Amino acid sequence: MHIVFFRLTLILYLIATAGFLFFIIKKNKKVGFWSHRILLAGFVLNSIYLALGYYQLGAVPALNLKGALSFFSWTIIGAYIIFQLRFRIMVLGSFVVPFSTFLMIISSTIPISPITVRPIFKGFWLPLHVATALLGDAIFAIAFIAGVMYLIQEHQIKSKRLGAFYSRLPSLNSLDSINYQAINYGFLLLTIGMITGSIVAQGSHGSYWLWDPKEVWSLITWLCYAALLHQRMAVGWRGRRSALMSIGCFFILVFTFIGVNFLMEGYHSFKSLEGN
Amino acid sequence: MTAIVDIGMNHKTAPVELRELVAFGGHNIDEVINSIRSIKDIKESMVLSTCNRVEILFTTDKEKEAKESVIEFLSHVSGIKKEELGSTLYIYDNEEAIRHIFRVGASLDSMIVGEPQILGQVKEAYRIAVNHKSSSVILNRLMHRTFSLAKKIRTETDISGSAVSVSFAAVELGKKIFGDLQGKEVLLIGAGEMAELAATYLLNNRIAKILVANRTFSRAVELADHFHGKAISFEEISDQLLVVDVVITSTASPEPVISLNQVKNTMRRRKNRPLFFIDIAVPRDVEPQVNGIENVFVYDIDDLTGIVESNINKRKGEAVKAERMVDEEVIKFSEWFKTLDVVPTIVALKDKCENIRQIELRKTLSSLGDLTPGQRKGVENLTISIAKKILNDPIVLLKKKEDRTSRNLYLDIARKLFNLDSDSDETKPKGVE
Repeated sequence: MHIVFFRLTLILYLIATAGFLFFIIKKNKKVGFWSHRILLAGFVLNSIYLALGYYQLGAVPALNLKGALSFFSWTIIGAYIIFQLRFRIMVLGSFVVPFSTFLMIISSTIPISPITVRPIFKGFWLPLHVATALLGDAIFAIAFIAGVMYLIQEHQIKSKRLGAFYSRLPSLNSLDSINYQAINYGFLLLTIGMITGSIVAQGSHGSYWLWDPKEVWSLITWLCYAALLHQRMAVGWRGRRSALMSIGCFFILVFTFIGVNFLMEGYHSFKSLEGN
Repeated sequence: MTAIVDIGMNHKTAPVELRELVAFGGHNIDEVINSIRSIKDIKESMVLSTCNRVEILFTTDKEKEAKESVIEFLSHVSGIKKEELGSTLYIYDNEEAIRHIFRVGASLDSMIVGEPQILGQVKEAYRIAVNHKSSSVILNRLMHRTFSLAKKIRTETDISGSAVSVSFAAVELGKKIFGDLQGKEVLLIGAGEMAELAATYLLNNRIAKILVANRTFSRAVELADHFHGKAISFEEISDQLLVVDVVITSTASPEPVISLNQVKNTMRRRKNRPLFFIDIAVPRDVEPQVNGIENVFVYDIDDLTGIVESNINKRKGEAVKAERMVDEEVIKFSEWFKTLDVVPTIVALKDKCENIRQIELRKTLSSLGDLTPGQRKGVENLTISIAKKILNDPIVLLKKKEDRTSRNLYLDIARKLFNLDSDSDETKPKGVE
């Protein structure tokens, strides 16, 4: 039954994506407004789908790549909705929503595989660990997208060739603020995610730190973002340099998120999570 | 048959000296309207007078005489001979007049295509006409169509999308860098018309403070007073670069006033807060390499002119779209205008009645079941005579009004009462928006 919610969500996200693309191309505010509404509806269905999944599994439905991608996509849309409330920059949606919908499409093409949920997935700390880590990742994705938008807009202004993006993208200052705030909140959540993760590890494996590849790469990601925050706050980095670094950090994050689970053995790999 | 006529001159047909003579200033516009209203053959009228154009729009049943009188009036107020005036005036009738007024309202006939002020000026002119009750059925509808078309063109095309003056382009860039210009500080180095214009636009965007530096300090003080700012000496520029956000330079100095190293050092100390240089001077006041520094943006006069030119070209492209929308609207309006006559209205009225009669008759006959041909005929005759009797009085009245001045009013009301125009809800005069 609950696959229906997934499909409906995907359909609404696809419509919203088309709407947001139409909005940025044609600068039609009405279409943008309605795309946002449709996105909100999709988000509600997505939430229901995930809630049902949680209820059925008794664990956060992010134990395989299919689940993780769809959960990640949900957190990105959620983070976008919050940033939209704060900054009121509709054009952000034209970048975020296609990105997130793309993840949903990938998720939808992966066949459903049975999952054996081990008792450890059901405790208090593990769902908290998964939720905070993934929400942190989603907010970093927003920082990444704002960074890309910043670089495009900055290039337009610096090169003095004011193309189609110039009038459509928001000001450099807004993009830089989104980037900065996203990194702040993303960093906070990633930190909480890592702490709760180590608590889980202590409970299940008897040690806070196991040199699992995921742990190591998470630490690298964390250090990378910590360095970026330091440069911003202490050295006064802004704009281009900060945008570039947030993009670089995000690539490391993506590797940590997906690459590690596939390429390296460890208790975070989907193979081990699925318990097959 | 009523005609719509527009007689006028604009920046293309008459030089400014001439337009000045004809243009009606704010205070005597009432007199002008009253004079035009008092011309015998003119029924409805409206006067639009801006620095770029004078338009007299009116409806009349005697085209030739009315045109003569208006030209005579213009010649009288301007003191220019009729023959001389004639070559600078354009005279549009009916469809051409409708198209012209649509194009004026949509800013397609403006000196700078797409500039937004003209619509406000047209609205004001119409408001004055309404106050003088010199506008009625035809002009009311024509003006409302003009306003809604102008609005539609502005939202559906990019005709007023981007800046087409150097100062505006600079302000727009500032907004794309800083987001909001409110609270930003501006340093004006040197003086000059364009620099002052840019500073004025920035002030309109609620910047916090303006500082003025000039080689001659007294001139700096003078300018600072003008902008309610603060004068500083040339030696203080380096220090102020730490504080300000926008710098406008336009000195006559042969050497750059702002150097690469100077800005580089500044940026470190101002923690990379963005800095925007608008360099209007020739030769340039800011070393071009300064644009290479992160978070610093330098636009010189050539860059800004380049943007303005490409924006003007973009507007021309959008104007093609807008012209097509005007054409569509002209056709629609002309169709309505042609029906605004006694015979078409009576025909439409009869058609409508006949339509209703047929439909209702069919319904009733089918529900009555089997009737003899005689009974059928009886029912049919009944409906025909009811319809005829109801329409009789309105038709007689309309015919009687055919040669009266109040004809258009009665026609309009009749069309509205019986809903003869499909979009008649838009025809009701809504007053000035």
